[in-house]
Amino acid sequence: MATLDKVARTILWQELIKGFAMTFRYMFKRKVTLNYPYERGPLSPRFRGEHALRRYPNGEERCIACKLCEAICPAQAITIESEPRADGSRRTTRYDIDMTKCIYCGFCEEACPVDAIVEGPNYAFAAETRAELFYTKEKLLANGERWEREIAANLERYYPGYRAPRPASRSKTLCSLLLSESNMES
Amino acid sequence: MGELFASTIWPVTVLVFQILAIVVPLLLAVAYLTYAERKVIAAMQLRQGPMTVGPYGLLQPLADGLKLFVKETVIPTGANKVVFVLAPMVTFVLALIGWAVIPFGEGLVLADINVGVLYLFAVSSLGVYGIIMAGWASNSRYAFLGALRSSAQMVSYEIAIGLIIISVLISAGSLNLSAIVRAQAEQGWYVFWHFPMFMIFLVSILAETNRHPFDLPEDESSLVTGYNVEYSSMTFALFFLGEYANMILMSAIASVLFLGGWLPPLPIWPFTWIPGPLWLILKICLVLFIFIWARATLPRYRYDQLMRLGWKVLLPLSLAWVVLTAGVMLAFDLLPAAAG
Repeated sequence: MATLDKVARTILWQELIKGFAMTFRYMFKRKVTLNYPYERGPLSPRFRGEHALRRYPNGEERCIACKLCEAICPAQAITIESEPRADGSRRTTRYDIDMTKCIYCGFCEEACPVDAIVEGPNYAFAAETRAELFYTKEKLLANGERWEREIAANLERYYPGYRAPRPASRSKTLCSLLLSESNMES
Repeated sequence: MGELFASTIWPVTVLVFQILAIVVPLLLAVAYLTYAERKVIAAMQLRQGPMTVGPYGLLQPLADGLKLFVKETVIPTGANKVVFVLAPMVTFVLALIGWAVIPFGEGLVLADINVGVLYLFAVSSLGVYGIIMAGWASNSRYAFLGALRSSAQMVSYEIAIGLIIISVLISAGSLNLSAIVRAQAEQGWYVFWHFPMFMIFLVSILAETNRHPFDLPEDESSLVTGYNVEYSSMTFALFFLGEYANMILMSAIASVLFLGGWLPPLPIWPFTWIPGPLWLILKICLVLFIFIWARATLPRYRYDQLMRLGWKVLLPLSLAWVVLTAGVMLAFDLLPAAAG
């Protein structure tokens, strides 16, 4: 009887018909792929993409050349040189990130006391030459301007009620800035 | 001059236009068959398929054709150049000339010859020459193995197809394709009377056109792409066009022999309102969908399984059906009068 059953299934193409029915049903299911350049998947607000150097709303650079990011970078992708500016505040004269070395671990943005260096939501920055991936301070600041809205929105989404440190007044030193301003104001 | 015009120039001009009226839509259909295939398989695999060139990727076949057209034709050093270039032309031309006898409607046929079925059978058998010429002329192991597999497979399945066609011929009493369709108008479509043969015919035309699950001649995982490995540019495009034109031709044969050709499903108003050629096209599309559907569903056969299926299953079955059909028709005195 079992043999007969098996033979009947084979002759009546039972498995074949089942298989064909399944592919036919799948034809009407929702597609799981995205039409990529025109459709993009959702990104986490914590997404670590292309780096950007941010500015305060008044246009002042956030970065105070503390070099914590340079120190913590496990890939040693960041190079910073700094000197005091005319008004006495420390500022970077060079802030380079070698994007070919960067491993996008996000330690730099975590180390930053003033939320200056951040990794934004942009992941489509492939270039044709290596040289284009050696980001300079100008490039990073330009990125900051380009992505500020998204970056600020992501920070707000991830740390609701969080307010980034305000710019230091001219009389304050780096030390007092770190002590007083980098704490969260609740 | 007037006599020459009436006797030669005018008929030739008409003929050329008739041929163009078949070939041009056919080539367009081939182009969009590749698009339909990619879209349908994509849908069955939950993908979107081509979307970039034109709205919903509708211009993709044109882009592909243009790409192949502007590429360089590479002829391998060791190849036999004449045969190498001739092979794709043979494949392509043979895929086209079969259309001469396909009736698109009552009287709408380029060559209404009374041995249409034999002609089609001969043309589809010749198709194997293009492939074996390509495999031999390429002077490459993969191409040669692909060609050998292809020829063995096509020869094996043609026998089953031949016997299936005999069953239909016994019922219709004619080798003329239009007459076969007319016989179906009286007797009902042969897909009902010869249903098992219709299914076997579908399996056999999959093998005959080297399509999944019988695409061993171009088995990517073991033969790269089989007989057309060494081909590039337009020579490759001709093979590709030939292969897809063959698919459409085989679907047309299946439609004419089993699905009633240009006949509407029922001879009543809403169906008869749609013209015959459109019905034929719809039926061809249905069979082509089965081609694509099978590709999305079934894994590839092993070569010995393919041969076993052809020789030990399909051939005896179709032979038994010929005997059965002939016996039943003789016993119940249903044999059609010999067509004049």
